[in-house]
Parts: sequence; C-alpha cells; structure tokens
Amino acid sequence: MKKDTRPINVGISDLIAFGWPITAIASITHRIAGMVLFVGIAFALYGLQVSLSSEQGFNEIRGAIKSPFGILVTVGLLAALAYHFVAGIKHLMLDLGVGESLDGSITAARIVLATSTILILAAAAWVLQA
Amino acid sequence: MGTQITNLSRNGVSDWLIQRVSAVLLALYTVILLGWVLATGDVSYAAWRALFSSAWMQVLTILALLATCAHAWIGVWTVGSDYLHTRTMGAGADGLRFFYQIGCGLIVIIYLIWGTNILWGNV
Repeated sequence: MKKDTRPINVGISDLIAFGWPITAIASITHRIAGMVLFVGIAFALYGLQVSLSSEQGFNEIRGAIKSPFGILVTVGLLAALAYHFVAGIKHLMLDLGVGESLDGSITAARIVLATSTILILAAAAWVLQA
Repeated sequence: MGTQITNLSRNGVSDWLIQRVSAVLLALYTVILLGWVLATGDVSYAAWRALFSSAWMQVLTILALLATCAHAWIGVWTVGSDYLHTRTMGAGADGLRFFYQIGCGLIVIIYLIWGTNILWGNV
C-alpha cells in the first residue's frame, strides 16, 4: 500500500508546545465560532419560524430575546457570526495570496481579532438596548 | 481508494470551491439582512412578514439555506476529521467519527427541510 502523504493537521498538543501563537488563536476561534453557528442555526430557524407565524409569535420572539437566556443565545449567535464572518474574509484574502507570509499572517490575525472584538461589542450593545 | 466517503463532494478540491462560493453567498446574505434591519429601524411584524414573503428575499433565503447546509457539512467534516482521529485520540476515533459525521449530516438535512418548510410551507 502506498504511503499516505497527504498533509496532516497539527494537534492541540502541538499548539500547546508552540505556546499558542496569535495565528493559532485566530484559527481555532474560527472553528469554534463555526461549531457554535452550526448548533445555533436551530435557534435561528426556531426564531424565524415563530416570528413569521403570527403577530403574537413575532412579539413572543421579541420578548424572548430580552430574557437572560434569550440575550445569551442572541449575543452568542451574533458574536459567533461576527467572528466567523471576519475570519472568513481573512481566509478568502489568503486564497487570493494576500497575507501568506509569517508576518502577514500575524498582522491578519491581529486585524481579525481587533475588528471582530469591535463588531461583537457593537452587537452586544445593540441586543441589550433593544 | 475509497477513503473519502463522508466529505460533501467526495473530492477535496471541489469541497474547497463549494466552501468558498457558499461563504461569499452567506456573507452577502448577512450584509443584506443586517442592512435591511438597520435601514428599517423599528422592525414591525408586517414589515418582517412582507420581507420574507417577497420573491427576491425568498430566493435569497433559500440560496442562503443551501449555502449554509453545504458550508456546514464541509466545516464539521473538516473539524471532525482533524480532531476525532486515531492520531489524536486512539483506536476508538474511527467509530466515533463515523457516528459524528452521520449525526452532523442528519442535522444538516433537517435544517434544510425545516428551513424550506418555514419559507414555503404555508399549509
């Protein structure tokens, strides 16, 4: 049998040995945000379904968003979406050949973390004042 | 061969492309929906319902739903095949990953049917 030469992913133990560089933090957060969104779609679809069903359902969802659990779900979903969106744009830029050097990827990771932090704070403020 | 049976298109390059195209679609959908909400201000039930009963929004939403399902399938497959692996967690990993992939695949299909039903299932 031919030896498998496909590239392999570095494991968590490698990352700990590397001392979690900022590029690794940006990357793993992108994956975590993706998994949060995967689970969160259920809440989003439920909210869409009830909010479109009737005026009463619409008001129910508006009220539910203001409960502690509703705030947690809404802010959590928006935060994951904001991060995944910004980190995804970084990925598309990489596909275009932008930021492929080590310095470039460190700068890109910083931009992603800074931009997404601003967006997440804005989203949290928006939900809390609604 | 026969090593690729759970990734979306059975082909890594094709999966790569689907991941990118669906990402761009989802980014545009996010911007459009957010833009509409911000431009509308205080969203009423009537405005919300009118938005989702318009033909353009129904087309966009079904596109976004399909993009979500393809994107999520590829994403959870990537994460699962990296971490639920014999290299990282020993001999039990293959069986666990098999059930993980089937479970995630079922969830994706449920999202697709449920989402379509919300938009078009008026019965």
